[in-house]
Amino acid sequence: MNERTTLSTGVTPRFSEEKLQEIEKIFQRYPADRRQSAVMPILHLAQREFGGWLSREALDYVAGLINMPPIRVYEVATFYTMYNLQPVGRYHVQACTNISCWLCGSDQVMDALKNKLKIGVGHTSEDKRFTLAEVECLGACVNAPMMQINDDYYENLTTDKVVEIIDRLP
Amino acid sequence: MKIVYQNIHLANSHTLAVYEANGGYQAVLKAFELGSDEVIEEVKRSGIRGRGGAGFPAGMKWSFIPKNDPRPKYLTCNADEGEPGTCKDRDIIRYDPHRLIEGMIICGFAVGIQQAYIYIRGEFYRETERLQAAIDEAYAKGYLGDNIFGRKIRFHLAIHRGGGAYVCGEETGLIESLEGKKGQPRLKPPFPANIGLYGCPTVINNVETLASIPSIIERGGAWYGALGVPKSSGTKIFSVSGHVNRPGNYEVELGIPMKTLLEEHAGGVRGGWGNLKGVIPGGSSSPILSAEVCATITMDYDAMAKAGTMLGSGAVIVLDKSVCIVRAVARLSRFYRHESCGQCTPCREGTGWLAQIMTRMEAGHGTLEDIDLLSDICNNISGKTICALGDAAVGPVMGALRAFKEEFIYHVEHGRCMAG
Repeated sequence: MNERTTLSTGVTPRFSEEKLQEIEKIFQRYPADRRQSAVMPILHLAQREFGGWLSREALDYVAGLINMPPIRVYEVATFYTMYNLQPVGRYHVQACTNISCWLCGSDQVMDALKNKLKIGVGHTSEDKRFTLAEVECLGACVNAPMMQINDDYYENLTTDKVVEIIDRLP
Repeated sequence: MKIVYQNIHLANSHTLAVYEANGGYQAVLKAFELGSDEVIEEVKRSGIRGRGGAGFPAGMKWSFIPKNDPRPKYLTCNADEGEPGTCKDRDIIRYDPHRLIEGMIICGFAVGIQQAYIYIRGEFYRETERLQAAIDEAYAKGYLGDNIFGRKIRFHLAIHRGGGAYVCGEETGLIESLEGKKGQPRLKPPFPANIGLYGCPTVINNVETLASIPSIIERGGAWYGALGVPKSSGTKIFSVSGHVNRPGNYEVELGIPMKTLLEEHAGGVRGGWGNLKGVIPGGSSSPILSAEVCATITMDYDAMAKAGTMLGSGAVIVLDKSVCIVRAVARLSRFYRHESCGQCTPCREGTGWLAQIMTRMEAGHGTLEDIDLLSDICNNISGKTICALGDAAVGPVMGALRAFKEEFIYHVEHGRCMAG
């Protein structure tokens, strides 16, 4: 079980008109009287739009859009680990260390990442370019070891490949 | 014999054009001709059991949905593939999403469902894009929508992305999540067939189960039922990972000897069969089997149950002799601690204790009493929680204590691992 808490910035972010229209389409996926079902997709969208993480104000804003009590939105945001409740770097590097990856050398992959990025697990580099995280199984086990950077999976990793992938990021 | 994966080797197999050129969307037309009752009968006849892990007969599940009920009915496809070791559904979604969509349309028609959701794990972002593109294609062709295939049949389908919670693979946790809440599982009964999504009758099937449906309808339940072995009919995709020379997803008939799966399909155990220590046969929650048992066991529901483990999701995790069992179990115990939703005390506290004790044992600070304490904690979790996550956390610990107790004792007495 995770203990995660929300962080305030004092600034309320807002969706663009275009994104608000996208949100109307999200609501349409669910029965008209079940707007709360849209909370997860809207939080995903908010995270993408608002700099890769969700501040307390972002959660309150989403709660207002859905007409949901803010506490219910906090519950959802703190329950699901994909919602970042504090700032992350431009590249969120998430290496799997669960059983299949571990058997295939995720310890070495993690060491290579720490050396290359010069940060520890759970930390963000000073230039805000990288955040390194250890994650649970991401479902690519037959191509272990693997990591995810933002939306993309990188599989069949070796220590050399890890360095190469990081170097090639724009 | 490939059924679900029959097309994935084709170029652009994810497109509607390639799916249709290879017989796609014909089974759904046949289903319309057969009529809804007969479709359910065919699925029952096939004997197909849920491929997500629980192994419940899919046709039975469909038939439990009350008829002539005024409430809307829902279909949710469980694509929350999260059991460590499992990655079979990802390849269906990436390489043959229309097979899944067609299976869902057939289910919707048979059960009388007009709205369906695919609950996909949030990390599968690219896979979601692929799946959405396929859904868009199906809508454009009139295969999804208000009058599908030009008939007075309504069937809508939408994707719902998860947020990285393993417990949402549990069907009622999934429903809660789809309703916009924390994914904390519900007490059963009532079962989702009666009170599921939005309090309405709901079918929940795994991706692989639904993707098997088009072939079952096309070729008949009896044909499918003759594949595999009794009570474990059909084919199953096994995700073979860990210490084999050719890890991969292999679709084979159920009942295949594990040794054949590993040696002939997965390229053999690294360093040869003699180098095998054990196999976790059905995802991380299934108790590990010793090499001795692996030599003769077959990959079917009954054989696995008889050996005190389970076929689960079909994730076959292979451990060679270099592996420290204590460390492997410690890693899994930390996973279950992380993923416990915190709702039930035995699981919330118990998974924490298992992880702590396993971690200190791994570090060489365990005692012989700890070994008994592990069993005691397991007994206090097992069967005492709302969902199966508690039992899942117990599986690796009890399995390892049964098959490799001497390694735990060695670890305690020497403060380090037997495997070196």
